[in-house]
Amino acid sequence: MSATRVPPGVGVPALEPRTVRRILVSFLRHETQVAGLSRGVLGLSGGIDSAVVCHLAAEALGPENVTAVMMPADTSSPASLADAERVAADTGVQTRVVPIGEMAAGYLKHAPDASPLRRGNVFARCRMIVLYDVSAEVNGLVFGTSNKTELLLGYGTLFGDLASAINPIGDLYKTHVRALATELGVAETVRTKPPTADLWAGQSDEQELGATYDELDALLFRLIDERVGPDRLVAEGFDDAFVRSISRRVRVNQYTRRPPLIAKLTTRTIGPDFRYPRDGGGAKDRRLPPRAR
Amino acid sequence: MSDRVVVRIAQLAPVLGDVPTNLERMLSAARDAAANGVDLLVFPELALTGYALRDHVSEVAIPLDSAEMSALREASRGVSIAFGFVEETPDHRFFNSAAYLEDGEIVHVHRKVHLPTYGLFEEGRYFASGESVRAFETRFGRFAMLVCEDVWHLPIPYLAALDGAIALLVLSAGPTRGLDHEGHAKSSSAWERLLLTYASSLTMYVVYANRVGFDDGVEFWGGSEIVDPAGTVALKGRYHDPDQPTAPIDLDLVRRERIQTPLLRDERLPLVIAELARIQEKRRETLPGLSAEDRQRTESSAEERE
Repeated sequence: MSATRVPPGVGVPALEPRTVRRILVSFLRHETQVAGLSRGVLGLSGGIDSAVVCHLAAEALGPENVTAVMMPADTSSPASLADAERVAADTGVQTRVVPIGEMAAGYLKHAPDASPLRRGNVFARCRMIVLYDVSAEVNGLVFGTSNKTELLLGYGTLFGDLASAINPIGDLYKTHVRALATELGVAETVRTKPPTADLWAGQSDEQELGATYDELDALLFRLIDERVGPDRLVAEGFDDAFVRSISRRVRVNQYTRRPPLIAKLTTRTIGPDFRYPRDGGGAKDRRLPPRAR
Repeated sequence: MSDRVVVRIAQLAPVLGDVPTNLERMLSAARDAAANGVDLLVFPELALTGYALRDHVSEVAIPLDSAEMSALREASRGVSIAFGFVEETPDHRFFNSAAYLEDGEIVHVHRKVHLPTYGLFEEGRYFASGESVRAFETRFGRFAMLVCEDVWHLPIPYLAALDGAIALLVLSAGPTRGLDHEGHAKSSSAWERLLLTYASSLTMYVVYANRVGFDDGVEFWGGSEIVDPAGTVALKGRYHDPDQPTAPIDLDLVRRERIQTPLLRDERLPLVIAELARIQEKRRETLPGLSAEDRQRTESSAEERE
């Protein structure tokens, strides 16, 4: 951990991984069943986040009810596919490989000058199309694989890898995901390799984010979970520029965590006035009509 | 009146928004309890409807003379029942209520007084708050019944005890939040400390019925329990999983404990009331920006309310 960005000895407190596992497995089982389904679909990248979700899903629904889709792009590292296959073999889930190179190229030939960022987003959204189509084919729910660190920093593609029906790991910082991966017995190569979005050779999360996940999680935990203000954090020894840039990043990416805004006109607008939980929808036709008693 | 009361806590996972299914399960639990010698069956908060209802509130609400209530009243001929539901009044207010049923009758309804509206809680948006706390007579003795957040406000269990309750039933939908490195939710540890404190300082039985399962991704931690008036956890349900912990309680223990440690005997009610009145007066006086005239108006409108 860098001594300059985070005060020594400060990190995100651990969550007891056995209890986390138990709750997340029940969560997947319950929310899948409430949706009236018994199967789950996820994109398996070879990274630690999707590996953890794959293990949880196999435990929750049975590996025969989980479809892990591997979707390499032309620029993806072959090692990633090998790691994904390892996770699939360890968990016994159903697999399929759907390369997205042609699909992405089909569009990108109309956008020859697209920046690496735009190209990365196109890949992520191609994968979303595949996952949602597979989910319709197997009659399953798409399980999200974005962790709390990424969600807070907006380090993901809107309607791409951020798209899912339910997400078991969205309240776990990367640090917690790592501990849970150990608890679940995720393959060591997957647990220990440097995190990467794998959109081009040599890409690294920590390089792009400008800090290690240990540092990011330590700061985010104090800032978000403990509601400590930036000035106080700087006084505690967090690096000033680090605190400012991360706070700003969390703030400006709020839109990625919310459904689209709707212009309000009527008295009952979806969102502010029409507020139902998602659970409970399936039960609706089983309820007595309100005045029939 | 026997001192020995067999209590069962129905630590179940209500289906959100599905009253017929929940009712069916509750009636079946009541039949099973009656067949197994249970005297009192306690269900969690909003057991009939599920918790995270939002706009479902008005749709799952029942009046006290509803078919659902009649079915449960009928079931209470075999076993006394406490359960949580959404109550709709004739003037269309919706309460997060708990009913105590015995021998086919509604003995008491408690309307949740403190509606948490912070963090993940939104009750103040959907429910009206109850306006009273009363103990009531049961076939076992004088009990009181509170709902979840009520118990997080010190005066509420205190009032129940001073109103003569020897046992306090707490119906709850306590979500898991703030998981720690030992696998406990901060929320559950805090609850357990609180219940233990009330049981021993008010020298009464505390029966805590908490639900399990998920509503919209929020998990409820279970861990229902009975704490006796000596502050001993006499019964404990499983964490996170459905359970129906069952045990006899001995109401004579309340008597013995109140002889041994007569805390309630020594309560100084006139002092409490006088000091509360003084504090209320002081708070009124220090309202910022109020002229003497405004203050007088505030006071007279407060008197009208009283």
